[in-house]
Amino acid sequence: MKTVEESARTEPGLPPELALRMYRQMVRIRLFEERVNELYTRALMPGLAHLYSGEEAVAVGICEALQTADYVTSTHRGHGHCLAKGATPDRMFAELLGKEAGYCRGKGGSMHIADPTTGNLGANAIVGGSAGIATGAALTAKRLKTGQVSVCFFGEGALGQGLLYEVMNLASLYKLPVIYACENNLYTEYTHFTETTAGDILARGTAFGLHAEKVDGQDVRAVYAAAQELVNRARQGGGPALLLCDTYRYTGHHVGDINREYYRSKQEEQEWRTKRDPIQLMGEWLTGQKIADTTALQRTEEIVRQEMKAAVEFAIAAPYPSVEEVDQDVYA
Amino acid sequence: MPLPIRRLKRLIKTFMPETVTAQREMTFAQAIREALAEEMRRDPRVCIFGEDVAEAGTPFKVLSGLVEEFGADRVLDTPISEAGFTGMGVGAAMTGLRPVVDIMFGDFLTLTMDQLVNQAAKVHYMSGGTWKVPMVLRTTLGATRRSAAQHSQSLHAWLCHVPGLKVAMPSTPYDAKGLLKTAIRDDNPVIFLEDKMMYKQKGLVPAEEYTIPFGVADVKREGEDVTLVATSSMVEVALGAAKLLGGIGVSAEVIDPRTLWPLDEKALVASAKKTSRAIVIDEGYRRYGVTGEIASVIAEGAFFNLEAPVKRMGAMHVPIPFSPPLEDQTVPTDQSVFEEARKLCGK
Repeated sequence: MKTVEESARTEPGLPPELALRMYRQMVRIRLFEERVNELYTRALMPGLAHLYSGEEAVAVGICEALQTADYVTSTHRGHGHCLAKGATPDRMFAELLGKEAGYCRGKGGSMHIADPTTGNLGANAIVGGSAGIATGAALTAKRLKTGQVSVCFFGEGALGQGLLYEVMNLASLYKLPVIYACENNLYTEYTHFTETTAGDILARGTAFGLHAEKVDGQDVRAVYAAAQELVNRARQGGGPALLLCDTYRYTGHHVGDINREYYRSKQEEQEWRTKRDPIQLMGEWLTGQKIADTTALQRTEEIVRQEMKAAVEFAIAAPYPSVEEVDQDVYA
Repeated sequence: MPLPIRRLKRLIKTFMPETVTAQREMTFAQAIREALAEEMRRDPRVCIFGEDVAEAGTPFKVLSGLVEEFGADRVLDTPISEAGFTGMGVGAAMTGLRPVVDIMFGDFLTLTMDQLVNQAAKVHYMSGGTWKVPMVLRTTLGATRRSAAQHSQSLHAWLCHVPGLKVAMPSTPYDAKGLLKTAIRDDNPVIFLEDKMMYKQKGLVPAEEYTIPFGVADVKREGEDVTLVATSSMVEVALGAAKLLGGIGVSAEVIDPRTLWPLDEKALVASAKKTSRAIVIDEGYRRYGVTGEIASVIAEGAFFNLEAPVKRMGAMHVPIPFSPPLEDQTVPTDQSVFEEARKLCGK
């Protein structure tokens, strides 16, 4: 049986290897989150788990337009960003379980995965809290002329935070290579975003002189195309941008948010899952373009499933940090 | 074996900086500026951001001349967005710059709190020691400038409470320069508080390069009967009180921790053990403040040598009033410290 990569064919525009890679990255995020859900519901994972399922095309489309040295900041719903930027699932699961082998030696957990080797400045559990950090990374890139670009991922809930507008103003004044990537998954926790967000979202960027545009966040090719343009623009000194990605969170605000009928209907969820699923849409495109057939896509899923299984086993078997570590790394 | 000359010189320099040759008299503000300029010359990653830091050189003129030497890229005027540019400082520090963020008045720390407390202080720990935040945040403290309740507070206790931050509070031009250079070279977020009433105060500063390590207290005046632990603006007050106490035959020791975290607990306890009495004086609010922490350190460490309870003096628990006779009531003075020490010594 051929893997997706092996059955690749040439397609003008989007290189097939890249298209297949994006598909696989989305599958990795989806299956990673399935295992998180399972670990959580089996009480093997402490704390909180905010799943990214449904939003995969945003992280993947944007991160595929970045280089390893480029920076991202992430959110409490950050597993997708970390994986898309290059983190490996074994060390991520280890972090989620509080193990020493985790990216943060177990000290950060699900909401704080950071990894300098992949340019991940850290997931952040303060809504909008990383906007300053992403902007500062862009300032460094500009000052030291490194050519790096910085992406600040945030949910539409962060549109209510003043910090975001302070740093958009700074980024525009100094023409910094930063992209503010807003993932509008429609719900600010348990409240529809229209109840919390007045006016026009893109206008909030253009008011500060940012280039602002909206993209279908379920279409990974569209996200990638938009991101690539904005990343290149930023890298060449064109300044900051706001990229608004319309998307949907399949599950609750966190794993424990099961009864959601008071804020959204099962029918709405079902419609997104069946008609707007980013993995399904990309799969259909890949088969339609004859870049891959259904068997190859299934094979990809199977390989990823094995990868996640092994990663979970690694994490479960990994030791906790020794208790002496509790007060280490408070100061550098 | 006699002490080698070099070591002797080093000892003299440590304990009696004024005896070193090539001393210059300069103001506290000049010492701060000189520390920044030296560190910016030494390390191209060091940069400054803040409101009116460039051509204006801040309202206190502490930074005058720096933009002319280092350019607007390194001395960056920002909008009035304390949270925004502090956050930008955190990100810049994580990725290779060494920013010195200027917060004009300590009262505006309130606007930066998430970036300091949830971001700067925690990045290193949360990332399992992989990211670092070598950032300095300079700001001011202190009342009696007739600036009313939102430009007069001393809120440093809030920051001492947060693991991951270091807090430095110099009381002389010499300390200001040496501690600021250390702060800039430190790989952690350091909050550096300057008494705005002290900017014009003069002192001797060596011409040659020096730094002052964090966590080393300095005895500003030796004495036998009572220890006055004083920080920042209160060091001058304690020295004034010590002079008055001398007039009634009480010999007061004045010791300045210089950094509140790390805190030189050993030196404070040793001084209290020696004198058997201690008063802790700090311009922050007395209630739940720095004085409580230091008094507790002394009480625990010197309990069996103490002749009296450790006393605490700080700002009154009121918003700082504008009206001069009211404002003057709110913070410790030479006279009030003198009275407290006299009572404590039974004189």
